[in-house]
Amino acid sequence: MNVTAPISNDLRSLYQEIILDHGKSPRNFGVVDHHTCRAQGNNPMCGDRITVTARVTDSRTLEDVAFEGKGCAISIASASMMTEALKGKTAGAVRQLSKAMQDLCTGKADADEARASLPENLAGEIDRLASLSGVHQFPVRVKCATLSWHALNSCLEGKAQATTEK
Amino acid sequence: MSAPAVATSTAHVAFDPVRARADFPVLARAVHGMPLAYLDGAASAQKPRQVIDAVTAAYEEEYANVHRGAYYLSEMATANYEAARKKVRTFINARDLAEIVFTKGATEAINLIAATYGRAFLKAGDEVVLTQLEHHSNIVPWQLLRDAIGCVIRVVPVAEDGSVSIDDVAKVVGSKTKLVAVAHVSNVLGTVLPIHEIVQLAHEVGAKVLLDGCQGIVHQHVDVQALDCDFYVFSGHKLYGPTGIGVLWARAELLDAMPPYQGGGDMIDTVTFEKTTWAELPAKFEAGTPPIVQAIGMGAAIDYLNALDRPGMEAHEDELLRYAMMHLEQVPGVKLIGTAPGKTAIQSFVLDGTHPHDLATVLDRSGVAVRAGHHCAQPLMEALNVPATARASFGLYNTTEDVDALTAALRRAREVLL
Repeated sequence: MNVTAPISNDLRSLYQEIILDHGKSPRNFGVVDHHTCRAQGNNPMCGDRITVTARVTDSRTLEDVAFEGKGCAISIASASMMTEALKGKTAGAVRQLSKAMQDLCTGKADADEARASLPENLAGEIDRLASLSGVHQFPVRVKCATLSWHALNSCLEGKAQATTEK
Repeated sequence: MSAPAVATSTAHVAFDPVRARADFPVLARAVHGMPLAYLDGAASAQKPRQVIDAVTAAYEEEYANVHRGAYYLSEMATANYEAARKKVRTFINARDLAEIVFTKGATEAINLIAATYGRAFLKAGDEVVLTQLEHHSNIVPWQLLRDAIGCVIRVVPVAEDGSVSIDDVAKVVGSKTKLVAVAHVSNVLGTVLPIHEIVQLAHEVGAKVLLDGCQGIVHQHVDVQALDCDFYVFSGHKLYGPTGIGVLWARAELLDAMPPYQGGGDMIDTVTFEKTTWAELPAKFEAGTPPIVQAIGMGAAIDYLNALDRPGMEAHEDELLRYAMMHLEQVPGVKLIGTAPGKTAIQSFVLDGTHPHDLATVLDRSGVAVRAGHHCAQPLMEALNVPATARASFGLYNTTEDVDALTAALRRAREVLL
């Protein structure tokens, strides 16, 4: 008979409560009214698709952001947490958080290093987003966590498509 | 029906999956500290020691380019490469060695047919009939052909249980049909298509039939003459052989009539700047240095299969499927995708409230390797109204313990993901 391994810490860390919760009940799921930009994130290897819409003010503030689409728990949770973290942020703050998130997911930085790289007013945001950093121990899943961020960046740059396969 | 092909098996010992498993070195390793339950043969099968040794020997002892050198090593390499062709011919009971074209895989074989047969013999308005369950490699080449010449693609629907009914095929096949290109066995659902009836139906309207045998040849005995199809293609790496080698079988008269696919060395008779004449079959379709060692490795895989009790092996795989279907269904929330009668050893499933990618990640941590995703069959996923599935596929080396590992890991996945 086979024996099943105990649930490993890296699995526990990847699928922690907050991620499963966002995965099952995503926030800001839908389309932003009067959005000023829209982009699709596509993960051709697994078929995940996420569309991000945002309304950016003249002063380059992300007034509203939402997403819709289909994907795994990680990609949906990441998109959901991203929209919560970024609503109301300036373009500069979005850039900083996006970079910090990329570093967290690829294992380039841990939560402390990511927080240290950001101004104090963004520390709370990155602490919440850091719950996704467990993904760096699952290399093939990193792109699930970064899919919505790629889509958002494309959206803000005025591109219609983003892909995690580069 | 021509019977002798089965008699090529030299097996005298009843199939024993535990003994066979011991032939596959990688299956002895642990993954994440757990015994490996490799359930992804439908994507690529593991290789037995006999294939690995044949590949090593080909490089270490008798390697040179083929069809060229007048020296010992080249003669040996050529003989070994051509011996692999003979093994394939016998394995699928082709009439003639000239009908066995080596390609880099089934994908290239289908692209070859579309680019040569398709462009030479189909015209605007002609219909190519596919089914909804085709692999992208049997969809996209026809779309490229359609874009080039204006032919029309018609699609046979798949029933909810994953079966393809001959009545539905009959509704689509008609006087405009020039080619019916279908999977022998679905790579997602394990459905065995009614290929004999499809061939008959297509031939009645004068259409040719291409069978994508990537999965079919792994689980069932294939006799291309008995099947009476016009093209049969498969890949070596799903048949326990190396990657980078595949087979296009077609009737010699069809291959003769088809223009070459790629130009280059090996496929010519004489070359001048004014005019070039083509080599005889099958060289006409094998431009450039072929995958020599890969072909030899595939030949070794065929030898390996021939030495097994193949009916016993097929019965074992069927039994594994039955066992898996029964036990998977007992896991709360699991839904089987693909339950067509008479299907073969591939089973897709979903677990309520979870996405297959998350499932595959958790299963991997228990040493269980399954494929998650759209399995290169996005139109099928759409038809079945699922974004993706998890898929367990069984090979000759799998045992009920692998299935037990899968179901135990699925119960564990419920704890992690739900």
